[in-house]
Amino acid sequence: MDAIRADHLKKIFGPVTAVNDVSITVREGEIFGFLGPNGAGKTTTIRLLTGVLTPDAGTVTINGIDIHRHPLEAKMQMGVIPESSTVYGDMTAEQNLQLSGKMYGMPRALREERIHELLSKMGLAEKRRIPVRAFSKGMKQRVSIACAIIHRPKVLFLDEPTSGLDVQSRRLVIETIRDMNGQGSTIFLTTHNIEEANTLCHTVCIINKGKIVAQESPERLKKMFDTTQSVEVSFDRPVTQDLFKGGGIIRAEPCGDKWRLYTDNPDLVLKYLVGRAERESIGITSLTTSGPSLEEAFVQITECA
Amino acid sequence: MMEVPLFLRGIIVITGKNMRLYYTKPPVLMFGLLFPLFMFFAFFVGRHLDLVTFFPAFLAMMLFFTASSVAPLITPWEKREKTYERLLSYPVTQDSIIMGDVLAGAIFGIGISFLVWIASLAFVPVSITNLGLFFLAFILGTLSCAALGTLLASPASDSPPNVMILSNLIRFPLIFISGVFIPLQQMEGLGLALAYCSPLTYMVDLFNAAMTGISVFSPLVDCCVLAGVSFVFILAGRLIQKRNMMKGM
Repeated sequence: MDAIRADHLKKIFGPVTAVNDVSITVREGEIFGFLGPNGAGKTTTIRLLTGVLTPDAGTVTINGIDIHRHPLEAKMQMGVIPESSTVYGDMTAEQNLQLSGKMYGMPRALREERIHELLSKMGLAEKRRIPVRAFSKGMKQRVSIACAIIHRPKVLFLDEPTSGLDVQSRRLVIETIRDMNGQGSTIFLTTHNIEEANTLCHTVCIINKGKIVAQESPERLKKMFDTTQSVEVSFDRPVTQDLFKGGGIIRAEPCGDKWRLYTDNPDLVLKYLVGRAERESIGITSLTTSGPSLEEAFVQITECA
Repeated sequence: MMEVPLFLRGIIVITGKNMRLYYTKPPVLMFGLLFPLFMFFAFFVGRHLDLVTFFPAFLAMMLFFTASSVAPLITPWEKREKTYERLLSYPVTQDSIIMGDVLAGAIFGIGISFLVWIASLAFVPVSITNLGLFFLAFILGTLSCAALGTLLASPASDSPPNVMILSNLIRFPLIFISGVFIPLQQMEGLGLALAYCSPLTYMVDLFNAAMTGISVFSPLVDCCVLAGVSFVFILAGRLIQKRNMMKGM
């Protein structure tokens, strides 16, 4: 069964068509990345999928339950982390979690146990009785995430969960996403961070001007839009551009104390470099290859559309 | 079938959340608690007015201000703090949120007014001629005022001060045309016509019927009007809020 299924969603705000004929299918257990430039319709789509907004046309089902016909049953299946850290500032972290647990109808004992577990996991156990308004953005986001996963949802929606967070909080969020997915939850993630989508997601969907313009696995998407790969190399002494003539190297650019070599055939470049270095008694200190980036694919897709 | 218990649970949890968060907010304390007391002192201290005769109207005014002061704050406050979106993503509907707001306002109104009544027993020799009607006046009065509060919270605003200003612009004139300070029997012409349009008039009348046995309308009429306006206010608030949501958050 599909965990999330949206068919021909449409949402119009006055003269603006924010979401135009959007259809999405997310398989159970998948991490689904939803990318798009600012104002592309990401947040409106997530609000339609989570039942916060009602579409002008189209349907949404969560684990087979129509969210607009049976909103309460459908919402029981999911957890939502909205764009900004939407927790009650006048309540403590513990009270926010209590409220979430009650909203999902968790029995008191189970609720207490889960709150204890989540506060420890999120590094907030010692601050459980401090009003959230005194927390940093990262800490508020951790409370927000804990509120959304307290009932172990089958489907988790995250709208820009790492936006503006420090490294520690960002890592904790990503770890939590992976952990939830490992426990069987389906993840729907909107993000601006292409690298994050690249490393986390099984499928990436790109929306632009309210329309879906691409939906593939990150690797396939990259291959679709760019076949050029690069090799980064550094030597134990300075070399000139002449060293990179031949061996399938299309272009060579100095990059700090390294050289970045662009090619269609990284295998040929590696063999060529090793051969030249041996002949000219130059030591190779580092050598890495990297494929086309998802960011390049994203820019090409959104610029073409 | 699963939706009904979920719906009711949502209302209860939202009511509890509202009670915890909003009862002690300064605008609620100012306009819900202090203001009716100051109005009372302004009109009665130093003047030789019959407090016993006025008491039912004072109780109605207290109930009116307390019950209608909580709900106008909740939705704009939650929209400003961005917690409204999270609230909607929980297993609740907009109807559960509206009913939770109405109940929080109603409980605040009935709680404070009841305390005022209990406390005033020590100072004012008021009597109750019909206890059942007295409690019914409390329940219907607080419900209709809390429903009015919810309607006042409906404009698409995320600014609590703006909504409180609008709310007070509507609430303050009502106390002057509803038989609180001038008995209905002494009103005539346009004043009387306006008094008939104010739900507070029927609340004052119902308290008069319960406490003194004297009323302008039949208590049944008062009860029907209060129940009717509660329904209409909730329905109108619901329609406006749904229309707002169609336009976005």
